[in-house]
Amino acid sequence: MSWFERIFRRSHLDDDLVEELQEHIEERTEQIMRLENLSRSEARQAALRAFGNPTLVKTRSREVWEWSRLEALLADLKLVARRLSRSPGFAVTVLLTLSIGIGANTAVFSVVDSVLLKPLPYPQPDRLVTLSLQAPGAAGLASFRDGLLLSPSMYLTFAEHNRTFQSLGVWSAGTANLTGIAQPEEVHVVTVSSGLLETLAVPPVAGRWLNADDQKPQGSKSVLIGYGFWQRQFGGQRSVIGQTIRLDTQYWQIVGIMPRGFKVVDSDFDVLRPAPQAFDPRHQIMEGFAWNGVGRLKSGVTISQADADISSLIPVWMDSWSDGPGSNSHFFDIWRITAALSPLKQQVIGSIGKVLWLVMGTIGIVMLIVCTNVANLLLVRADSRQQELAIRAALGAGRGRIARELIFESLVLGAIGGSAGIAVAYGALQLLSAIGPSNLPRLSEISLSLESLCFTAGLAIFSGLFFGSIVSLKFSRIGPGPALRGSSRTVSAGRDRHRSQNVLVVAQVAMAMVLLVCAGLMMRSFSVLLNTKPGFYAPQHLQTMRVAILKSLASDPVTVTRMQNQIADKLAQLPGVSSVGYAADVPMDGLEPNWNSIFVQGRDSWGAKSTLPMRLFNYTSPNYFHTMGSRMIAGREFTWDDVYNQRPVSIISENLARELFGTAQAAVGKQITYFQLMPWHQVIGVVEDARHNGMDAAAPAIVYWPTMSPNLYGPEPLDAVRGVTFVVRSQRAGSESLIQEMQQAVWQINSELPVSGLRTMQEIDSKSLARTSFTLTMLGAAAALALALGIVGIYGVISYSVAQRTREMGIRIALGARKRELQWLFVRSALALTVAGLIIGVLAAAAVAELMRTLLFGIRPLDPLSFAVVPLVLVAAAMLASYLPASRVSAINPADVLKAE
Amino acid sequence: MENNNDASRDLFPGALEMMILESLRRQPAHGYALVQHIQQRSKNLLQVEEGSLYPALQRLLKTKMVKAEWTISSSTNRRVRVYQITKSGMQHLEREISSFDRMLEGIQMVLGPARRATNT
Repeated sequence: MSWFERIFRRSHLDDDLVEELQEHIEERTEQIMRLENLSRSEARQAALRAFGNPTLVKTRSREVWEWSRLEALLADLKLVARRLSRSPGFAVTVLLTLSIGIGANTAVFSVVDSVLLKPLPYPQPDRLVTLSLQAPGAAGLASFRDGLLLSPSMYLTFAEHNRTFQSLGVWSAGTANLTGIAQPEEVHVVTVSSGLLETLAVPPVAGRWLNADDQKPQGSKSVLIGYGFWQRQFGGQRSVIGQTIRLDTQYWQIVGIMPRGFKVVDSDFDVLRPAPQAFDPRHQIMEGFAWNGVGRLKSGVTISQADADISSLIPVWMDSWSDGPGSNSHFFDIWRITAALSPLKQQVIGSIGKVLWLVMGTIGIVMLIVCTNVANLLLVRADSRQQELAIRAALGAGRGRIARELIFESLVLGAIGGSAGIAVAYGALQLLSAIGPSNLPRLSEISLSLESLCFTAGLAIFSGLFFGSIVSLKFSRIGPGPALRGSSRTVSAGRDRHRSQNVLVVAQVAMAMVLLVCAGLMMRSFSVLLNTKPGFYAPQHLQTMRVAILKSLASDPVTVTRMQNQIADKLAQLPGVSSVGYAADVPMDGLEPNWNSIFVQGRDSWGAKSTLPMRLFNYTSPNYFHTMGSRMIAGREFTWDDVYNQRPVSIISENLARELFGTAQAAVGKQITYFQLMPWHQVIGVVEDARHNGMDAAAPAIVYWPTMSPNLYGPEPLDAVRGVTFVVRSQRAGSESLIQEMQQAVWQINSELPVSGLRTMQEIDSKSLARTSFTLTMLGAAAALALALGIVGIYGVISYSVAQRTREMGIRIALGARKRELQWLFVRSALALTVAGLIIGVLAAAAVAELMRTLLFGIRPLDPLSFAVVPLVLVAAAMLASYLPASRVSAINPADVLKAE
Repeated sequence: MENNNDASRDLFPGALEMMILESLRRQPAHGYALVQHIQQRSKNLLQVEEGSLYPALQRLLKTKMVKAEWTISSSTNRRVRVYQITKSGMQHLEREISSFDRMLEGIQMVLGPARRATNT
């Protein structure tokens, strides 16, 4: 007989057995009748006596065919299903809480797994490191930049002399103008040195990598394109390889296509191109610290070995290159440059790692609260089943058997909750990728992976065991005696009856306290951030647009400036536009800034350069600050006269003015410059500080120069900033019509001009708040859930206790107790539990808040307001949650209660 | 597993199965006839309980040592389920008997002729 028959022909097997046994007994009966001459019924009884218990024989025989454990499990499962369907309210409550809890945990785990745990999508990613440098001696640099990027000359030195890397390369993300198509477009470009593709080691889907030839100054101009760009611009056709595109007026041949999802570290790109000129060893100076380095370690080499290797190459770099005759390469000694290599993953993840772990932790606490809540509900329910359990214990059910059943029921709940939780998690992740928080790296890699599903299964089992064992520990101990005597009917419940429930409520309050404090701290940080002056006003009415004017369109800097001026004038004429200006960078746009140290006339000697701190540089047009709404503290803005007459003027930020000259007023009229060969520039204005690096970073000291200035390095006498961001103040900012009119205005000046970066300052602004608001949203949701669950927990316990003590209350009322006092009795017990929870919670919250320190802004971890308000909220919630059921006491009619006995 | 203990209440494990197989080798039989047969052959020394017989038969069926068929008994004229030993049942029986013989021999050697002499 096959297993197939064993499952599906079970009833057939049973029938055979029943008939066989019947026939057996019949035969025996007849034999007894024959041999002993008895009547049929007497004989039959004798036969049955001899046979024994037919049901037992049948059961034993049947067991041979059964998978007994499995079938016992199925029987238990049926029992659980029947019991749950009898109390749908309970089942729905428990399953809903569980599925939300497990779902939220699964979703967050998926994010943590995809973003933080999963290796980067490169071969052998653990050998990839970021080549970053520290320059603690370069004063002021730290105020606007973490560490130092590499200069091309550094790259050349490192690539040639290192002993610890299999390969290394540098890259830089930027934009370029794609022309020769219907509408000129700005595309994302990653410029790479030799060695970069070899380091990341991801082969192209079609065509080939860039090779050494492509990196030679006179080499063939070859580029790779990204998968998205290939699909969008060329419809995914393979024939695109060999075609030519026009980038920044130069022609480039497409030689390969990189695969879907391939990024250069954290940068997505349309075009990946070589930089033959930038790395030409014949024309190198020391500076140009604008390149991100990536290296692939030789196998077996540790990061600290590589660190020492690169650090030892800094003197080699200083010996190898020079800024020209008369300059001192060892000037950089003062910067104390050392290597600060870190795993590449760290660069990709950035600061979000901490946030995600925090969110994972809080959502884990929510899961604990969910478990305690479910345990509480199960306790209450098991309590009402106490008589049943006691009777079963009296009839001989083993302690293990009852415990097994209670735990099994919990596991079933956990499993169903877990399955529903997967659906919840799936929905949550869909929502997440739809919202797409811009600061979440590797967003496209987030999915419900196998690991996540294993996590869900583990969580479901763990939570089932957790609350199952709480319940079974309490109830499998019960001796049949007290329960059968019906103690619950004749006297009020003893203290220990409720001890487990009380402990659970205290734990819930403590955990809710921790989450609420965390959320409170984030909320306070967020409100401080919102109240922080960014240095510009009404960002929702500021429309930005980036326009770059290439050498091929206008080689002469004056023409460039005139074109920019014309564009500004055109934009100003658009309906609803009140003011227009432009700048090389607008605050928080994330472009790699320009920086250097400055000299003050009559104070700083040229030799002191190495001791002067670095300042952020920006280049602005007339009317820029007016448009942004930035207040001039002293003096005035640039005028077109200043620009066209090339007057040596400058504007500095308020904090710089105070640092250098004491007051803003004192700064006006002073002379500054950043290079010996450059004329002194008069400070003509002091402008309020701008939070250039984000709302949560201190405002750096900034020097503003006109967009056209003397050219110190090239053959031409003048230089103009060619890529600028226009800022338009208008009530129509963000509207499609304004954007179109702005584009048209630009194309009226020159139809070849590419336009990009059409955003409102509000969008840029909120992007810089994204991390805080993301953390706040997640913690807020977790805390709200915790508070709700805490209220439900307290409500449940008090409500149950009221129901249990109805009789006692009736007697008390009959004896003259006032109802208000009786209500207070219940509220008081809830408050006692709450206060106990708060005391534990305050200590835990203080510890957790300390861990959050780096995520907070403008407040201390032990923020008095958060720590004062949260307990009050919880006490109020506890009073409400206990008062509602306690008020039922007033509905008790003593006569009814006493009659009921 | 409780099943293993069924046959051993009076006998050692596997003994009942061995006797069933041996009986069936001589002649196919139904359950009732098996009880009778074993009882007679052992001169009423062994009482086979139905409570053990039927589970044992089911075990043999499951392991394909025997096969069963419903027929009409020629003697009593009732529907009976007749069991027949299979080829693998035969082989199993051979193995069991030889190992049983060895065991018996071993036990006898341990108990020894001297001890048996004093007892008898």
